[in-house]
Amino acid sequence: MGVTKEELESSLTSKLSPIHLEVVDTSGGCGASFVVEIVSAQFEGKRLLERHRMVNAALEKEMQEIHALSITKALTPEQWKQQKDSENSQAAA
Amino acid sequence: SFRCFSAISPELKTTIDKVVSSHKVILFMKGTRDFPQCGFSNTVVQILKSLNVPFETINILENEFLRQGLKEYSSWPTFPQLYIDGEFFGGCDITIEALKSGELQETVEKAMCS
Repeated sequence: MGVTKEELESSLTSKLSPIHLEVVDTSGGCGASFVVEIVSAQFEGKRLLERHRMVNAALEKEMQEIHALSITKALTPEQWKQQKDSENSQAAA
Repeated sequence: SFRCFSAISPELKTTIDKVVSSHKVILFMKGTRDFPQCGFSNTVVQILKSLNVPFETINILENEFLRQGLKEYSSWPTFPQLYIDGEFFGGCDITIEALKSGELQETVEKAMCS
């Protein structure tokens, strides 16, 4: 039995207190492949490599069963806001 | 006395130190640059090719010892693993992001000039 999307969400939520979190199961249900987007104040002042390490550490237990984990976004709330603002202005333009 | 058996041995660490510093840009991947055996590894190969920098690849599927050692050495659980100037740079997602932000180009150029 693999890992569920809910298990990932709960580990990430309890360890990184994200203000935005999106976990997508890309395995077609077998629970072995996920894409993660996460926005957390704990990423403040940390380089991308460190942020990814924090996500990996939060999922240490689950990683043993995960075949593929893709972290497409690991942003601070500030960066998240900027990104959304620029997307909105592009959409409006 | 107790010893953590999962800890990397000093000998293995020295060996890996040498391997990761043997080229300015070195990619530990699944498969080879001409025949990547995983989409993530292929992505990083294509990115490095697009930057037009010389880089070396090592197939970790052919060396289980190195594969396990590198995971601990870089504290990174998956492959591919990209090293620039002897330092762990990141996996596939970090490389993609760094390409977009220009950080990858910058780091590579700095390494080439050092």
